[in-house]
Amino acid sequence: MAFVVAIIFLVIISIALQLFTPWYFQPIASNWTGIDSTINITMWVTGFVFIAVNMFLAYCVYKYRYNKDRRANYEPENKKLEIWLTGFTAIGVAALLTPGLFVWASFVNVPENAIEVEVVGQQWQWSYRYPGADGVLGTADNAYVTHENPMGINPADPFGQDDLVVEDKEMYLPLNQNVHLLMRSKDVLHDYTVAPFRVKMDMVPGSVSYMWLEPTKAGRYDILCEEHCGLGHFVMRGSVVVAEQAEYDAWLAEQTTFAETQAAAVGNAQAGAANYAVCSACHGANGEGNQALNAPKLAGQQDWYLRQQLKYYKTGVRGTNPDDTYGAQMAPMAATLVNDTVTSNVIAYIESLPDNPAPETVSGDLANGEALYNSTCSTCHGDDGTGRWKVHAPALAGMTDWYLVRQLQNFKSGVRGAHPEDQLGYQMTAMVTALADDDAINDVVAYINTLK
Amino acid sequence: MSFFKSIFEKPWNYQGDDPNYGGLEIGEGLHPKRIALRMFLAVVFVIFMLFIVAYFIRMELEDWSPMPESNLLWVNTLLLFICSVIMQWTRAAARKSLAQSVKYGMVAAGAFTLAFVYGQVSAWEEMNNAGYYLASNPANSFFYVLTGLHGLHILGGLWVWTRSTFKVLSGAEVKAVKLSVELCSVYWHFLLLVWLVIFALLSYT
Amino acid sequence: MSYIPIADQKEEMHDPHSFVAKYVWSMDHKVIAIQYGTIAVGVGLVALVLSALMRLQLGYPDTFAFIDPAEYYQYVTMHGMIMVVYMLTALFLGGFGNYLIPLQIGARDMVFPFLNMLSVWVYLLSVIILMASFFVSGGPTGAGWTLYPPQAITEGTPGADMGIVLMLASLAVFIVAFTMGGLNYVTTVLQARTRGMTLMRMPLSVWGIFVATILGLFAFPALFVSAIMMTFDKLLGTSFFMPAMVSIGETLEHTGGSPVLFQHLFWFFGHPEVYIVALPAFGLVSDVLSCHARKNIFGYRMMVWAIVAIGGLSFIVWAHHMYVSGMNPYFGFFFAFTTLIIAVPTAIKVYNWVLTLWEGNIRLTVPMLFACGFIFTFLHGGLTGIFLGNVTVDLPLSDTYFVIAHFHMVMGVSPVMVLFASIYHWFPKMSGKMFNVTLGKIHFWATFFGTYAIYLPMHYLGFLGVPRRYYSMGTTEFLPESANALNANITLAAIWVAVFQLVFIFNIIWSLWKGKKCDGNPWEATSLEWQTPENPPAHGNWGPELPTVYRWAYEYSVPGVKADFVPQNIAPEDVETVDGKPYVGHED
Repeated sequence: MAFVVAIIFLVIISIALQLFTPWYFQPIASNWTGIDSTINITMWVTGFVFIAVNMFLAYCVYKYRYNKDRRANYEPENKKLEIWLTGFTAIGVAALLTPGLFVWASFVNVPENAIEVEVVGQQWQWSYRYPGADGVLGTADNAYVTHENPMGINPADPFGQDDLVVEDKEMYLPLNQNVHLLMRSKDVLHDYTVAPFRVKMDMVPGSVSYMWLEPTKAGRYDILCEEHCGLGHFVMRGSVVVAEQAEYDAWLAEQTTFAETQAAAVGNAQAGAANYAVCSACHGANGEGNQALNAPKLAGQQDWYLRQQLKYYKTGVRGTNPDDTYGAQMAPMAATLVNDTVTSNVIAYIESLPDNPAPETVSGDLANGEALYNSTCSTCHGDDGTGRWKVHAPALAGMTDWYLVRQLQNFKSGVRGAHPEDQLGYQMTAMVTALADDDAINDVVAYINTLK
Repeated sequence: MSFFKSIFEKPWNYQGDDPNYGGLEIGEGLHPKRIALRMFLAVVFVIFMLFIVAYFIRMELEDWSPMPESNLLWVNTLLLFICSVIMQWTRAAARKSLAQSVKYGMVAAGAFTLAFVYGQVSAWEEMNNAGYYLASNPANSFFYVLTGLHGLHILGGLWVWTRSTFKVLSGAEVKAVKLSVELCSVYWHFLLLVWLVIFALLSYT
Repeated sequence: MSYIPIADQKEEMHDPHSFVAKYVWSMDHKVIAIQYGTIAVGVGLVALVLSALMRLQLGYPDTFAFIDPAEYYQYVTMHGMIMVVYMLTALFLGGFGNYLIPLQIGARDMVFPFLNMLSVWVYLLSVIILMASFFVSGGPTGAGWTLYPPQAITEGTPGADMGIVLMLASLAVFIVAFTMGGLNYVTTVLQARTRGMTLMRMPLSVWGIFVATILGLFAFPALFVSAIMMTFDKLLGTSFFMPAMVSIGETLEHTGGSPVLFQHLFWFFGHPEVYIVALPAFGLVSDVLSCHARKNIFGYRMMVWAIVAIGGLSFIVWAHHMYVSGMNPYFGFFFAFTTLIIAVPTAIKVYNWVLTLWEGNIRLTVPMLFACGFIFTFLHGGLTGIFLGNVTVDLPLSDTYFVIAHFHMVMGVSPVMVLFASIYHWFPKMSGKMFNVTLGKIHFWATFFGTYAIYLPMHYLGFLGVPRRYYSMGTTEFLPESANALNANITLAAIWVAVFQLVFIFNIIWSLWKGKKCDGNPWEATSLEWQTPENPPAHGNWGPELPTVYRWAYEYSVPGVKADFVPQNIAPEDVETVDGKPYVGHED
C-alpha cells in the first residue's frame, strides 16, 4: 500500500514540478522556435506515457497484492495485446522523431544570405573574427599561431588582412539577420553555447565546425563553454550582445583589423625611458619595486600583462573598487600614458631593465605551498612560475612576494577581479577559492619564492 | 536446431518426453575450447577491423604520406604462409596419430614462426634506419602499431605452441595433444589471414 | 541428438580443502562471483565517496577549500569511470554472471575454471592500477570519463602526465580480465546446459547476461584500440588523434590527427557499454518480478527477442552521443532514427514488466520493492532518453545537467535498484541466511525517495541551461538564486542517499554473521539455483547427479497444480496436481 501511495505521490510531484517550475528554458532569443515546439511535443507524449504506465503500475500493485487464497492468472503471452502495444509505441516514436528531423534539416543547411562570423576557442578564452570590407574571412591555421598573431590567421592570405580581430570576451551579433558561425579551436575541444539561442556546437582543433541562427531578441547573453576543456573549463566565459544594426555597425567600426594588429608599432625603449620617469618614483629606477610605497616589481614581468593591466587601469576595470586604495593611486598614473605608442615605449623600456629577484619577505609551509601551487596555479603560471602568454598568466617567480600576497587577498575578497569586463580577473577569483585562508596564501607565495 | 529457429519456440508448451531434449543445440559436439577459440578470434578480428577502419579515416586527412614498401615483407609473408601449411600438415598427422610427424611438424612450424617474427623486427629496423620513424607520420604509426599488434598475437600463440610442443617432445600420446595441435593450426591460419589483410592494406594505400 | 555431458566435468572438480585454496585461489564460480562482487562493491564505495565530495562542491561552492578545481575534475572522472566500468560492469557480469550462469543452467561450474580465476585476479590488478593513480604525482586523470583527446593528454588537464597513462593501462588490463571472463560465460551458456535446458527455457537473467557478454566482447575492443592509440599519442608522440595545436604555452609537434575519430571509437564502445550494464539488469529484474508476483514473466519470447534486438541495435546508435561534436551533421539523421527505433523494444520490456504484475499475486518483499522501484526509475530515465536521442531536442540539452540527470536515472539509479533487488533476492542462496527485512525496507525507502530527490530537480537545472562539468557557476547572470539553493538541496539528498547505503552494508554484514538460517528456496522460486541439494550450494553445485530440466523457468500459479510454483527440475510424475493426474504441460 505504501508503495502505491509513493508512486502516486511521485507522479504528482513530477507533474507539479513540470507545471509550476521556476526553472525552465530561458526565453528564446533566436529563430529556433522549432526546437521548443519539438520539446513540447516530446514533453506531452512522454508525460502521457509516464503517467499512464505509472498509474497502471500503482493499480496492479494495489489490486493484485498478495492474498494466499487467490491465484495469479496463468498467461504466458498475449500476442494481440503485444502487437497493439508495439504498434502504438512505434507510432508514438515516429510522431516524436519526424518534427525533430525537419528542424534538424534546417539546422544543417545554412541560408545563403547568412553573414559569416568566426568563433575561436582556446584554453580558457574566447576570441572572434569578423570579415572585413570584402565580406570574406581569410584562411587560418593553428600553425600560424604566435604571440603577435594569436588567432593564427594566414598572414599571406589577402582576404585575411581586413578581418576584424576581437580579442575580448564580448562579441556582437546583428538583430534579425542570419548568422553563420564558423568555429575553430586552437587547442582542445570546446563548445560554444548560448542557452537562449538553443543551438550549440563543439569546436574541434584541426577542423572548422559550424552552426547558424538568426538572433531575434536584443540583449546580452552569457557564452559558456560546454565541452570539458581542462582545469579552467568552468571559467571559460564570454558574452554576446545582440544589437540593432546601427549599434552593431558602430561596434564593428571600433574593432581593429588583422593588418593593423600586425603593423602595431614596436615599442621604442629609448623613447620610453622619458615616460618611465613617472613610474620610477614608486616602482624604482630599475623597476625593482618598493614595498614602502606599495609599488610592485615590474622588471621581468611579461610585456602583454603590463599592457593589459595598464589598459585596465585606464578604462576603470581595475583601480575603481572603493576598497582598492593602492589601485586608486595607480589609476591616474596610468592615465599619463596618453596613447598606445607611449604605452608600448614604456613597456619596451621596462623589458630592458635588469631582472633581479625581489627580496623575500614572506614565509610559510613550503610543502603545503608546493601542493597547492602544483594542483591549481602551475597549470597556467607554469611549473617554474615564469608565466605563459598563451593563457594570459603573468610571471610570479622572482616578483615581489608581498604584492602577490595582497593580490591573492584582493582576488579572494573581490577587491580585484570582480569587474564584469575583467574576464582574466574572474578566472583568478574562481581559482583562489582553492586557498582557504591567509596561511594558505603565505604558504603558496613562500613556495613561489623558491622558484627562481 | 539453429539459434534463430530455437528462439521462436514457445517454452511453456509441452515439448515431448525426451529427457535429452535441449542440451546442446549450438555447435553440437564442439569442444568448449573450440568455441572459446572461435569467440576469441572473433574478438581479435574486431580489434584489427577497428584499427583498419581508423586507418581509412585517418588516411583521408591531409598530413598522410604513405610509406615505401619493404621487400622483406614479401619474404615474411612467405614464411608465415609456410607456417600455416606446416600446421595444417601437422594437424592431419595428429588426426592419423603419427607421433613422429607431429613432433617434426610442431618444431618446424615454431621455427618458421620465429623466423617470421625476426623478419618483422628486421623490417622495423630497415624502416627506422631509412628515417621512417614511428611518430614522423601517421602512416608510419599505423605500420608499426599494426605489425606490432600482429606480432604480439603471434607471440601469444607461441606460448600455447610451447606447451603443446613440450608435451609432444616429452613423449606424450598424440591423443593428448590432438586438440591443442588443431587449435594452434586454426590460430595460425587466422593470423596468416590477418597478416594478408594488413599487408594488402599497407601495400595498396 | 545425443547428450554430451560437458556440464558434468568431473575431472575438473578436485575439491579444495585448505582455506587458501577454497577462498583465495578458488576456481569455484561461486567464490569467484563473491570475490568479483566484493571488489566491485569496494571500489563502488570509493566512487560513492567521490560523488559526495563532488556534490559538496556543487551544492556549496567556495565553502570547501580542500576541493580545488583540479581535484574536482579528478573526482568527476574517477567517479564516472569506476561506476560504469569497474563497478557496474564487473558486478553484473563478474558477480551475478559468475554466480548465476552455472546454477541457473544446471552446470557444475564454468567450463574454464582456471581462466575464470585468472579473470578475477586480473580484474583486481586493473583496480589496483586505477587506485594507484591517486598516489602518483599529478594525481588521477581529470579528463572526464570520456577521456576525449587532445585535452586528456595535454597540459592544462589534471593528471595529464601519469594519471591518464595509468587510466589507459588499467582499462586495457580490465579488458583482458573481461575477455577471459566473457569467453567463459558465453561458452558455458552455449555448451554446459544440463539435460532439457533449451535456450528458451533459460531464465531471462541468463539471457541478459549472455547477450551483454557478447556485446562486451565486441564493444570493449573499440576501447582497447583507442586506448592503445591514445597511449602512443601520449608517450611516443604519434598523431592518431592529436591535431596540430597550441597547447598552454607551446606549439605541439603533433599534426593533423582527428579528435573526432577517438569519439567515434569511444562511443562505439560506450553505447553498447550502456547495454552491457542494462541487459543483465533487465534479465535479473524480470526474474525477481516474476517470482514475487507469483506469475510467469509476461511475453517471455518478446522479452528474449527484445534483449537480442536491443543488443544488436546498440552497435548502430553510438553517434547520438556526438550530435554536437562537430562531426558531419548529416549523420544526425541516421543516428536519431536508429536511436528512436531502440525505444520500441525497450518500451516493450517495460510494458511486459508491468503486465507481469497485472493479475499476479504480488508479494511486496524487499527485493520486489526494489524491482518495482526500478520500473519507476527506468521508465523515467528511458523517457528522458527520448529527449536526448532526438537530435533536435539534444541541441539545447546536451552537455547540461539534463544529461547528467538522464543517465543517472537510466544507468545509475535503475541498475543499482536491480543490483539491490538481486542482492536481497539471492542473498539467502549465497549465504544460507535471511537478511533483516526492516533494515531492507528502510534502505529501499531512503534510496528510492532520495535518488528521485536528487535527479528529478536536476533535469530542470538542465532545462535552465546549467552546464555539466562546472566546478562552480561563479557569476552567471541567467541563474536565479533559487537555482543555487536547489543545487544545495540536491547535495543534501545525495548525502542522505550515501549515508543510507551504510544501512545496506550493515544489514549484509550483520545478517552474514547473525542472520536467521533459511532453507534453500525461501521465495518459492522455480529456477534451478533454488533447487540445489545444499544451501548455500556446495562445490560442484549438484551433488552426485546433474538436474534434468522439464520446463521453462516461469511455471508459477499453473492451473491444476496444487503448489503455486513448479520447479524446473521436478519430473512431471512428481508434480502434485489437483485431480491427481500426472502433470505434463500445456498446449496452446
